[in-house]
Amino acid sequence: MARKKTGMVLSGHGLKKAATGIQGLDEITGGGLPRERPTLICGSAGSGKTLLAMEFLVRGARQYNEPGVFVAFEENAEELSKNVASLGFDLNDLARKKKLIIDYVYIERSEIEETGEYDLEGLFIRLDHAIRSIGAKRVVLDTIEALFSGLPNQNILRAELRRLFRWLKDKGVTAMITAESGNGTLTRHGLEEYVADCVIILDHRITDQISTRRMRILKYRGSVHGTNEYPFLIDESGISVMPITSVSLDHPASTEMIATGIPRLDAMLGGKGFYRGSSMLISGTAGTGKTSIAMHLADATCRRGEKCLYLASEESKNQVIRNGRSIGIDLEKWTKKGLLRFHSSRPTFYGLEMHLVSIHKIVNEMSPAVVVFDPISNLTAVGSGAEVQNMLMRLLDFLKFRCITSLCTSLTSGSGPIELTEVGISSIMDTWILLRDNEYGGERTRVMYILKSRGMAHSNQVREFVITSKGIDLVDVYVGAGTVYTGAARVVQELKENAEAVARSQDTGRLQKELDRNRLIMDAKITELRAEFESREEELKNAIRQQEAKEKVLAADRGIIAKTRKADVRK
Amino acid sequence: MATAQPKKLTKKLEKSVREMKLRKFVLKLYITGATPRSTRAILNIREICEEHLQGRYKLEIIDIFQKPVLARGEQIIAAPTLIKKLPLPLRRFIGDMSDREKILIGLDLRPKK
Repeated sequence: MARKKTGMVLSGHGLKKAATGIQGLDEITGGGLPRERPTLICGSAGSGKTLLAMEFLVRGARQYNEPGVFVAFEENAEELSKNVASLGFDLNDLARKKKLIIDYVYIERSEIEETGEYDLEGLFIRLDHAIRSIGAKRVVLDTIEALFSGLPNQNILRAELRRLFRWLKDKGVTAMITAESGNGTLTRHGLEEYVADCVIILDHRITDQISTRRMRILKYRGSVHGTNEYPFLIDESGISVMPITSVSLDHPASTEMIATGIPRLDAMLGGKGFYRGSSMLISGTAGTGKTSIAMHLADATCRRGEKCLYLASEESKNQVIRNGRSIGIDLEKWTKKGLLRFHSSRPTFYGLEMHLVSIHKIVNEMSPAVVVFDPISNLTAVGSGAEVQNMLMRLLDFLKFRCITSLCTSLTSGSGPIELTEVGISSIMDTWILLRDNEYGGERTRVMYILKSRGMAHSNQVREFVITSKGIDLVDVYVGAGTVYTGAARVVQELKENAEAVARSQDTGRLQKELDRNRLIMDAKITELRAEFESREEELKNAIRQQEAKEKVLAADRGIIAKTRKADVRK
Repeated sequence: MATAQPKKLTKKLEKSVREMKLRKFVLKLYITGATPRSTRAILNIREICEEHLQGRYKLEIIDIFQKPVLARGEQIIAAPTLIKKLPLPLRRFIGDMSDREKILIGLDLRPKK
């Protein structure tokens, strides 16, 4: 990137900017601080002013090859380098390489006596000398307000400060001036009157005993900038700012499908699992196997050789690994291979924004393919529903934008409708799988169903599943008529149906036999009738013959009689 | 010193006062080039020294434009700055040295009111 090389960013109207290199800050300022102009950083004690300023210089020196001068009014060079050593900033090394000069300005009110007119030319000369000696492009004055307590004549001081800021502009250095926030005013001594180009406010607020650092750009002359309060985090690698407003709806949509690790669940989801870069919510009451499904996904991801980030907000890494083993999932080997990374932190450890920032940071570091958040529901411990929803939306958006698949589990309370997730985030989820306990006939069985799955021809069946030592398995679909049974009830029903089937088949046999028998009977009867008929026929024929013979005999007899009686024959 | 000396002053105190009167003053005046203010400061401090510390002071005038490194080393912010190196304690005077009263008090040449 060109920006990396020069640290210079041009905005639309030609205002030159100096990239700070601080994660997130360049995003919300649209490229950095106004180049060759002073920027005022104000905040209360402990809000991170000095650190921000120091990181500005260190990153400038390291990443953009812009040496810097740090004028410290409160801490000496040794204290400063000790303080920032924990962030991996080796100030002594930078000083040796002539990339950084720390000039400690010591003012002790009790030693100073004002004896007439003076100016702050001494400070100018020191600064000028320091800038020249290393060709500095960046200057930090931390905290220049110390002058107000050191020098009693405010009129001279104010005039001189005005001159100083003018002078800094003329020098062409990008300056950062820190100041304590005052009571009702931005800074205690009204420095904002002099530094008007860019004002950043740092804040350290405590809500519900959880403190969150926030940053806001109050003004930025000649540039568009984010106007919200952005939470930021100070950790071992410095400051990271989370730009909230990056919630946009133009993330890419992948058509690649990835497996959940449970083949039959994939089948339910239309065959191949769910879309890469989509978000999946698994909600259910306690003990329904949400984490087990999450572990399956983590395992399947690593099996493909992809990286997975497991955010556990309830269990420790070791606990998840142990529990995984009990269902036949070995997550430990993936952590050893570096494919799986756990990040366990109690929700109450810090505020929602902080969680978000830290997740951002890890995701940026390891760029995983899948992020598992288990569970999201106890985030409500640190924020109201709307806040959690907002935070998750930002998180999901961030992940989607990077085409990172996410799986969140959510605990629903036993009472109330099961379709209601605690944090009301279902609308921003692409796939929502509901897990449920069915209590029936003295046992609980686990069932799951896909409540929604965007862009997929998913099954509408309520499926029973079992958690075995080999993981989650979906039980065969009950395809009988009538109600869908689960658990022992299903087995009973199946047995019953088997018995019925046997009975039915026996019935058929009996009828068949009867038919056969009937046919036999009929055949027998036919034979009998024929025999009868035949014997009858014989009889009757005999009778006929006898009759005819008789007739002949009779006729013959009659002739004889007629001859005897001399009967004449009519003619 | 201008202190009114009570009669019952101990020898010890007398001795220390004698010593105070013999103290050497080492003063350094840091200026920034030949500005009117610098010139004024030089004239003013020379006058004070000649008047009150004749023969027992050493005044060095340093132009920090010429030697900016010294400005850092000596923690100079304002100009002109006069540093009283000796006698201890170290003390700084900033300004054109026109407030003679303040300088005399600061140099322990006059008691605080």
